[in-house]
Amino acid sequence: MYPKSLPYLLLLPATLFLVLFFLYPFTLVAWQAFTTDTGDFTGEFFQEMATHWKFNTAMLNTFLLVLAVVPFQMVLALYMATLVNGMTRGRDFILYIWTIPLGISDLAAGLIWLAIFEQSGFLNSMLHGLGVIEQPVGFLGYQNKGTIFLAIVLAETWRATAIVLVILVSGMGLIPKEYAEAAEVFGASRWQRFIRVTLPMLKPSLQTAMILRVILAFEVFAVVVALGGTNLPVLMSEVFTWQYELRDANVAAAYALVILAISIACTLVIMWALRVPKGARV
Amino acid sequence: MAEIKIRQVAKQYGSTHALHSIDLEIADQEFLVLLGASGCGKTTLLRIVAGLETATSGEVWIGDKRVDKLPPRDRNIAMVFQNYAVFPHLTVFENIAFGLRMAKLPQTEVDRRVTRTAELMHIEALLKRYSGQLSGGQRQRVAVARALAMEPEVLLMDEPLSNLDALLRMEMRAELKTVLAESKTTTIYVTHDQVEAMSMADRIAIMNKGEIVQASSAVEVYRNPAAHFVGSFIGNPPMNFLDATSAGEGVWNVAGVQLKGPVSTQKKLQFGIRPEDIIVHQEGSAEAMGDRPSMVATVRVLEPLGSHLLASCRIGDEILRVVLDSDAPVKPGDELRWSPAPDRIRWFDPASELAVA
Ligand SMILES: Nc1ncnc2c1ncn2[C@@H]1O[C@H](COP(=O)(O)OP(=O)(O)O)[C@@H](O)[C@H]1O
Ligand SMILES: [Mg+2]
Repeated sequence: MYPKSLPYLLLLPATLFLVLFFLYPFTLVAWQAFTTDTGDFTGEFFQEMATHWKFNTAMLNTFLLVLAVVPFQMVLALYMATLVNGMTRGRDFILYIWTIPLGISDLAAGLIWLAIFEQSGFLNSMLHGLGVIEQPVGFLGYQNKGTIFLAIVLAETWRATAIVLVILVSGMGLIPKEYAEAAEVFGASRWQRFIRVTLPMLKPSLQTAMILRVILAFEVFAVVVALGGTNLPVLMSEVFTWQYELRDANVAAAYALVILAISIACTLVIMWALRVPKGARV
Repeated sequence: MAEIKIRQVAKQYGSTHALHSIDLEIADQEFLVLLGASGCGKTTLLRIVAGLETATSGEVWIGDKRVDKLPPRDRNIAMVFQNYAVFPHLTVFENIAFGLRMAKLPQTEVDRRVTRTAELMHIEALLKRYSGQLSGGQRQRVAVARALAMEPEVLLMDEPLSNLDALLRMEMRAELKTVLAESKTTTIYVTHDQVEAMSMADRIAIMNKGEIVQASSAVEVYRNPAAHFVGSFIGNPPMNFLDATSAGEGVWNVAGVQLKGPVSTQKKLQFGIRPEDIIVHQEGSAEAMGDRPSMVATVRVLEPLGSHLLASCRIGDEILRVVLDSDAPVKPGDELRWSPAPDRIRWFDPASELAVA
């Protein structure tokens, strides 16, 4: 037996670390967003942020990206995880290949896809080589917002589906095989087994993966900047712009708080939507 | 009508033979128990009948339909799994209703069947609960109710009671027997517990190393084991075996005494007798001795088990277990004079290990 205080003692370093490097800076940011230089409480920075002409565009672009990327990723990762889970041979090999993008930073991922899509990139050379096009196409030019968006969705999917895959594969591995077999014996088709047994039992993993992805998707930045420059403003790139180009740390802080609020709200919604009733846990 | 025919079914996992050529027929509405030690292939055989495993070769017939190429859901079977496999994300009601919903039965019929089977298994009060809020015994009941609700032609059960404690197991054994007798399904029931097998089965199929050694009624496998293995596996304590050497035609020398036995070309046989089929002759009493040949064994260990006294004795370097009356006046070191009940003696071929008539 160890003393009751031991767990708390062991948690102390991590807690101190978080207080020092997260809670403290966070309070500073919040303070900055809500107070003037003289220390008076104010909403003017939020107002300034919201009335700026790029605010609505950035908000819309971010939400569209999240809505396009996350559901697509979830479905894709579920499909891939099902495939991997059904494999007996070569399973680990496939998993290693599919998770390679995990080891690449988001900026590097953005640059890889830039090399594909830019005017002198792979895609143009290939299409030209095949005789499909005469002149290189400016896929990422400012007049082609649609293709920029599509390229970002592709790059983000390529980059960040693997983490969802890993979470889902391990989650599926935890579901005893007997449940699928029972479902099969009691008449469920492959699709019904997936919908009625695998998915509900995978809820905790889906929850984790979804929260992780949604939060990170709202913070999308490097890939967007690499592929779109300033042509497709998103919330995070606006934080950057306000902080370093417009030199207004207060508005940047307000932006940061908005992103945080959205993340918290989404987390709560996901936790509620994918909750497991008490007693129904495995 | 759903008799099950298993024809020359074999199963290999890589180089291990889990099942050699299995032939077995189970009559309509029969309760057949597959009994054998852990690892002998019971689960594999059951899963092949269920369709959860494909046989390497052989055929499985249910009724007059060959099913070994059909998926489980087209076989009209229901199954109770060893670990119950009660879905944790569904209530007890929805668990029992699972197969009925898959079969797209109307809601009124689903309600009727769930209610009926829940009552049968005494879990009607638990219908709104989740599996996590049930005890092992209750989960077991849900698993059986889910299978019975299907009103299947064939019911397969893989060690359904093995995770319950002893008392609960005895209770459920009797209850299951009554419920299943009424349900009129053909049942294959897997267990490694011989008491469970003997008490429930119409017929017991005893498996050893991927083969069925004997398939008969409980009394028959007990009285007339078809092989050395059956005698040593069934019965607690198991059958006694002593070496026998030929002493002329139909006469065998066992522990220094000549006994009448089968006519055989073999030089050696094994003599088998159940511990309770040994007649012990009290010292000094002429009674029961008659002119029967009697052998001598030295008592080594005594185990007073209440209903009887179990004596482990030695004859040379062979062991003989004898069931004695609870208050028999013996102590370790005593010499017992005994003879086998003549009609209970069985003979086995030491090479093939099969019984010799
Ligand atoms: N999926 C499998 N892969 C390889 N060997 C297996 C597999 N399933 C069972 N076996 C082997 O087949 C034999 C029979 O197993 P099983 O049918 O589970 O026995 P029982 O149910 O009688 O305990 C065992 O030796 C076991 O190791
Ligand atoms: Mg088994």
